[in-house]
Amino acid sequence: MQVPAPFDYARASTVDDAIGLLERLGPEARLVAGGHSLLPMMKLRLATPEHLVDINPLESELGYIREADGEIRIGALARHRDILESELLAKHFPMIREAEELIADPPVRNRGTIGGALCQADPSEDLSAVCAALGAVAVIRGRDGERTVEMPEFHQGPYETAVGDAEMLVEVRIPIREHAGSAYEKVKRRTGDWATAAAGTALWLDGSDVAAAGIALSAVNPSNVRSTRAEEALVGRPPTEEAFAEAAAIAAEDCEPIGDLRGPADYKRHLARELTHRALRRAAERALAS
Amino acid sequence: MKINLTVNGEPASAEAEPRTLLVHFLRDSLGLRGTHWGCDTTNCGACVVLVDGEPVKSCTMLAAMADGHEVLTVEGLEREGQLDPVQQGFIEEHGLQCGFCTPGMMLTARALLDSNPNPSEDEIRVAISGQICRCTGYKNIIASIRWAAEHSEEVTA
Amino acid sequence: MAATTETPTGFGRMKRKEDPRFVRGQGNYVDDVSLPGMLHGAALRSPLAHARIVSVDTSAALQHPKVRAVITGKDLEAQGLAWMPTLSADTQAVLATDKVRFQGQEVAFVIADDHYAARDALELIDVEYEELPVLVDPRKALDPDAPVIRDDKEGQDSNHIFDWEAGDQAETERVFEDADVVVVTQEIPFQRVHPCPLETCGAVADYNAVTGKLRLWCTTQAPHAHRTLYALVAGLPEHKIQVIAPDIGGGFGNKVPIYPGYVCAVVGSIVTGKPVKWMEDRTENLTSTGFARDYLMRGRIAADRDGRIRGLRVDVLADHGAFNATAQPSKYPAGFFHIFTGSYDLEAAYCTVKGVYTNKAPGGVAYRCSFRVTEAAYLVERMVDLLADELEIDPVELRMKNFIRSDQFPYTTKTGWTYDSGDYHAAMNEAVRIAGYEELRREQAERRQRGECMGIGVSFFTETVGAGPRKDMDIAGLGMADGAELRVHPTGKAVLRISVKTQGQGHETTFAQIVAEELGIPPDDVEVVHGDTDQTPFGLGTYGSRSTPVSGAAAAIVARKVRDKARLIASAALEFSPDDLEWENCCLIDKGATEKGQTIQELALASHGALELPDGVEGHLDAEAVYNPPNLTYPYGAYICVVDVDPGTGEVKLRRFISVDDCGVRINPMVVEGQIHGGLAEGVGIALMQHVAFDEQGNCLSGSFMDYLVPSSMEVPDWELGETVTPSPHHPLGAKGVGESSNVGSPPAIVNAVVDALEPFGVRHVDMPVTPARVWEAMQKGTTEPPQ
Repeated sequence: MQVPAPFDYARASTVDDAIGLLERLGPEARLVAGGHSLLPMMKLRLATPEHLVDINPLESELGYIREADGEIRIGALARHRDILESELLAKHFPMIREAEELIADPPVRNRGTIGGALCQADPSEDLSAVCAALGAVAVIRGRDGERTVEMPEFHQGPYETAVGDAEMLVEVRIPIREHAGSAYEKVKRRTGDWATAAAGTALWLDGSDVAAAGIALSAVNPSNVRSTRAEEALVGRPPTEEAFAEAAAIAAEDCEPIGDLRGPADYKRHLARELTHRALRRAAERALAS
Repeated sequence: MKINLTVNGEPASAEAEPRTLLVHFLRDSLGLRGTHWGCDTTNCGACVVLVDGEPVKSCTMLAAMADGHEVLTVEGLEREGQLDPVQQGFIEEHGLQCGFCTPGMMLTARALLDSNPNPSEDEIRVAISGQICRCTGYKNIIASIRWAAEHSEEVTA
Repeated sequence: MAATTETPTGFGRMKRKEDPRFVRGQGNYVDDVSLPGMLHGAALRSPLAHARIVSVDTSAALQHPKVRAVITGKDLEAQGLAWMPTLSADTQAVLATDKVRFQGQEVAFVIADDHYAARDALELIDVEYEELPVLVDPRKALDPDAPVIRDDKEGQDSNHIFDWEAGDQAETERVFEDADVVVVTQEIPFQRVHPCPLETCGAVADYNAVTGKLRLWCTTQAPHAHRTLYALVAGLPEHKIQVIAPDIGGGFGNKVPIYPGYVCAVVGSIVTGKPVKWMEDRTENLTSTGFARDYLMRGRIAADRDGRIRGLRVDVLADHGAFNATAQPSKYPAGFFHIFTGSYDLEAAYCTVKGVYTNKAPGGVAYRCSFRVTEAAYLVERMVDLLADELEIDPVELRMKNFIRSDQFPYTTKTGWTYDSGDYHAAMNEAVRIAGYEELRREQAERRQRGECMGIGVSFFTETVGAGPRKDMDIAGLGMADGAELRVHPTGKAVLRISVKTQGQGHETTFAQIVAEELGIPPDDVEVVHGDTDQTPFGLGTYGSRSTPVSGAAAAIVARKVRDKARLIASAALEFSPDDLEWENCCLIDKGATEKGQTIQELALASHGALELPDGVEGHLDAEAVYNPPNLTYPYGAYICVVDVDPGTGEVKLRRFISVDDCGVRINPMVVEGQIHGGLAEGVGIALMQHVAFDEQGNCLSGSFMDYLVPSSMEVPDWELGETVTPSPHHPLGAKGVGESSNVGSPPAIVNAVVDALEPFGVRHVDMPVTPARVWEAMQKGTTEPPQ
């Protein structure tokens, strides 16, 4: 088997401890939680950090999923499995369970964390699209305290986030709003594969019209951004097939898929449209029923 | 560094580099060769063990990260000369051919049955979906796990 | 279906004897072998597909405190070991000397104290390359300006390897020129795939300079053939070489060739004086070891309007990679591809196969292919479906109309095969019955009205397996006859030593069942010894579904020899003439008075005891045999696949898969079913998701399980099995072998189903792998681009 290059190892006992270690060890130090993004890269020697800071002990501090102040707050160390099984999340944001069922596989979900997924910022990563569509906010802690960053600012490019040196993502907050519905659609070649294309949509209704919409695609853009033009096309009108079709077409127009072994660019663009449409349809059904 | 953990109910301890993967720690440092490996990219699941009761791909966990935790390997399924029902199920239903994926499959089955004693075929398919078998076409693995679910009281040596 | 609770005396469902160790994690695979002082090897591999080696600097690696040795091509060259023969009378570089010829080719070999250090040391070796033009498209291999890959071979001035043909060209052309026939032509590529057993390849070499003995634990499906080849190539005396294939974690043909890593481990052990272990990683397995298929086929089928198939012609361009390392009988460079006439009674048939080199990994014959039968079956079953589509005849009906009839067996095909036995109509009818075919077609019609894409695919295959008669079948000059030895101990327990090597097929159980069936010694009392060349008779190993047809026959013959000897001993013990004794219920009794009899256990004791034996009868109860099969065997099957295609995304969902197999007599139906299940899952992978792909620079794009996709439990349906039993008339047990059947029959069934589902879109053909993207592409254009 391919194995990592040598590195030094430290274990953090608290968040502040972890940040202190990052500060002390410098830019050649990486945090490792679930390790299912970082360790595979290290085994292939595509990543060779000199120091690893193990933050798994922080699960007791940051492994929560709870409701507070009109938000759901998910600690960065919440594992994919916890997020999948959370009834609280399933009740408010059905998109999340739908996405988690299609992320990786069960043993990987037992270890991988939302913090790791978001900070890896792979353009095909699903939770990034989910959080973007739901208007989530990232809470980042550094030596000087905490700051919040909206998802569009959090994801700055492929594998790049707003988390700076000696900083750590500690929480993700998702606002709860009424008359909400959400859904996630994903096409992949096989269980555990990255998406060929995926779409996460959320709708909030005001009476019979769409008051707000969140649409974020995965695997068809350099990073997981919202399809804001598509969202705007839905606001202020009833959630009809026509509206979905229009929004889906715009989302497809605006994305930038790259052809690869999963398929040519035009196929992915087609999927962007098809999946956005399907996800909107289901999100609307849920919003109307709520 | 010294790694201290509990393996199959007993304390286990050995020196390892920080980069030593749990799968290699189990196989080479502790001599427990029932845990296998089959890829480099965390896909195949031949290396699955239970960490604190949950299936984990031990090729993607540092031994250091398992320090202080409980690990169950295939060697820990049999207790006091009695096979676990999952082991007996795999024999009864021809759930293995070459045997290479089998330790991981049985451990995942054990964890599944501990939380869901009567899983449906679909639930079993999902539970083992992170683990590759090249020999059985999965049908008999599913049957083996169903056998274990139906014979949880029956174990034979 | 479960094993029964009673152990049958012979054939039947029984739990496997080998399972107790596997379920306890006590299998002994090569990576479990650990010897005192053992070192670890790792191979440095070329990142480039075609390049001259300018220099190899190992000085930094040699300074690593844990490195014991570094071997380069130059080092091997000095010993005459830089090149080794392949199983196809070509040569392959062990470590590159002049050039590298495919990405992933071995360039140097490091030996260190532990595996992690060996990996670290690889990064310390500095190789300077001078890039050369790369050839990845076999269609360009014979262009005048194509780079010559094998310039190491004297007289080789192109990338041509061989031309081969079978059948009657003139007769076939005459049929095609007949004014009344319908001719359908189609390019049908079979993409490059890889068998990827879950355990990768590896070896532990332990050379003892004092005794001169080399022990080599190795993931090999053919330990004796390997031993002989090492003796021939390395000049080591063969009686001093012991090849031990312990438990193997899957083979599927991937573990037949000798790989450079094995040779380097042997050299490393000689050089360091210590055991050396080499286990490849998954990327190495996928990018350098024996791939499968890569046949560009062009099929032409001619038929009368009423559906009577008249002739079939196939022209094949075969991509063998950088070295011709295919493993098949030496007289057949295209393996058994000339069984492409399939299960049909044709007037004429002809094929050509042209083999070429490209800058890709060497190989071609692997992955349960029965030596290219998979390619042949795919070709003919797609052509028959294309014809059905053209003539607007139901695909089952068209096949039934053209099957070889049961009264025509033994049937000699237009390309020289003599099929032993078959009742194709019965198998097809059984599949139709299990599937509820008529009902499925009705359902399809309804769903089509609603715009839903349901597809029903049919395939019928005949394989030729069990190689084979030694005058026709040899590999590297070693005739494909296998030995067996049976020894019955005084207390009536037996040891059967066989030449074949299971990688999961259950030989420890099924071969014991053969002895039990013949001699009445319970299977639990028969120990099957296999895999160690010091402990077992010579044979050519397990692949091409040959274990039961060849070694199984040898086991039956040797058990009968023991029975014949037992009869003579019984005649002495019972004081009857041997002709007055008959074998009944595992006992020799006199035909008249049934009170006097001797069980085999009593006879075993008597044969070792003080009983006076007749003249010419030696003591003990042992026998040996070498079985030279009179013919190959011809298992067959009828498969039906039901799919639902999502027209919005192109995703294919396998709803049902029905497989009716006829492999003759079944020794252990539970084991047979398991073999079929496994091959079906492999077929799903091949049909829907597998492709070893390259870019134009020869970079392998499928070097890990992230991109070389293997079906999980989510991608396969529940398998519905049926059977018919038509014994082989020439096999001692009537058995035909079944290990590869389901990999042969399933890809065409699946592709036929998808094409059927897409018929409303005017799609006639889709190339494998039928990914969602390709389905969608076909829906837009009516066809797909072939895989690169």
